[in-house]
Amino acid sequence: MRITVRYFGQIAEITNKEKEVLEFSGHTISELMESLYSKYTLLKTKDFQVAQNQELVALKTELTGQEIALLPPFAGG
Amino acid sequence: MSRYSRHIVLSEIGQVGQNKLAKAKVLVVGAGGLGCPVLQYLAAAGVGTIGIIDFDTVDISNLQRQVLYGTTSLGVNKAMAAKQRLQDLNDEITINAYPQKLTYKNALNLFSTYDIIIDGTDNFETRYLVNDACVILNKPLVFGGIYKFEGQVSVFNYKNGPSYRCLFPKAPKKGAYPNCSEIGVLGVLPGIIGSIQANEVLKIILNIGNVLSGILLCYNALTSKTVTLKINRNEANIESVLNNVADFENESSKSNFGVEPVEISIKDLIDDENIQYIDVRELNEKPRVKRLEVTNIPLSDIKNNLDKIEDSKIKALFCQSGIRSKIAFKLLLDYNITNCFSITEGAVEINNYIQKTSLNER
Repeated sequence: MRITVRYFGQIAEITNKEKEVLEFSGHTISELMESLYSKYTLLKTKDFQVAQNQELVALKTELTGQEIALLPPFAGG
Repeated sequence: MSRYSRHIVLSEIGQVGQNKLAKAKVLVVGAGGLGCPVLQYLAAAGVGTIGIIDFDTVDISNLQRQVLYGTTSLGVNKAMAAKQRLQDLNDEITINAYPQKLTYKNALNLFSTYDIIIDGTDNFETRYLVNDACVILNKPLVFGGIYKFEGQVSVFNYKNGPSYRCLFPKAPKKGAYPNCSEIGVLGVLPGIIGSIQANEVLKIILNIGNVLSGILLCYNALTSKTVTLKINRNEANIESVLNNVADFENESSKSNFGVEPVEISIKDLIDDENIQYIDVRELNEKPRVKRLEVTNIPLSDIKNNLDKIEDSKIKALFCQSGIRSKIAFKLLLDYNITNCFSITEGAVEINNYIQKTSLNER
């Protein structure tokens, strides 16, 4: 499956890109995360939420979307 | 033409809408990068009662983005400096300045007197405190957060919508995400995000348009791209807050940790009747302060004089040079006495200032 992954804030600094298109054969969001953790090891140091097709979802959710986003919290004000 | 004529001619607002704005009470938590534009537009729009809580003082590095302040505000408490500027911008509204730290102890009381709470905080600890207090009191929370060139905006606890904990259930590990004081931020970014927050506040009060409830708006200043993400209400996360209501106010010790004393100049205080002046010097130290009602509580004996402190008033502590009053501030905090400041000036300068101002009045 072809998936576009978007990165925000500090996550984009770790991946060094704002988005990328991946070929992925897993079935859940958490499987995709495992694959991203091994690609970008520093990701494990960050807390973030995952959106699938512009909707925030739990990690156990089935991977159905064409677009995934990794969203960190922003402390600044 | 009247002050609000550009609002009143809009059919969506009109005099009816303008009256709603005049009746509204909003509280802005943090008068920094986000708080400044929010405050500026809400005051200009004629929101009738605006509260500002911030314990921090204006630093020169703030002026790059915190547009309410100028060089004359340097060293002044932000809530006080903002009030002064906003009252000049609009003298028809009420502005309440709270130059103190928001704590678990004071949050519920303070929030309960306002209709809408606006998050302009710059750290996760206060952000979760603000969210949880809004969940408990069921107050709409207009949230904004920024990082370098990116911002997030949403409205939480609005008409049974999600809360911040439905988006990010737990505060991240300490130090995992730095705040603006440790990293850079594009000066105009909080201006954009804060203005979007102000817009949400106006829509809520006026009951027009679509409020950003259940939606997180993400803005990137470098790409000028906006992404909106749907957030669902998570009952378990809301209940985890509601189940801890009984312990909420007891969590004050957490947020007092490492608090720096709030310092304020006598020039910003003198006219306020709601202030209890406390001299923390020993009783034999001279000069005593004249023409000002002063409570004497020597630093060496604070513990036995706690009953002299008037809870309902703002406590202004002073000494000979402004050092012991800062120590007294921290000691009082240990006894859970908040709403205090340390006056920057010492007794001699305070006397001189009072003499000078009373001469001017004649």
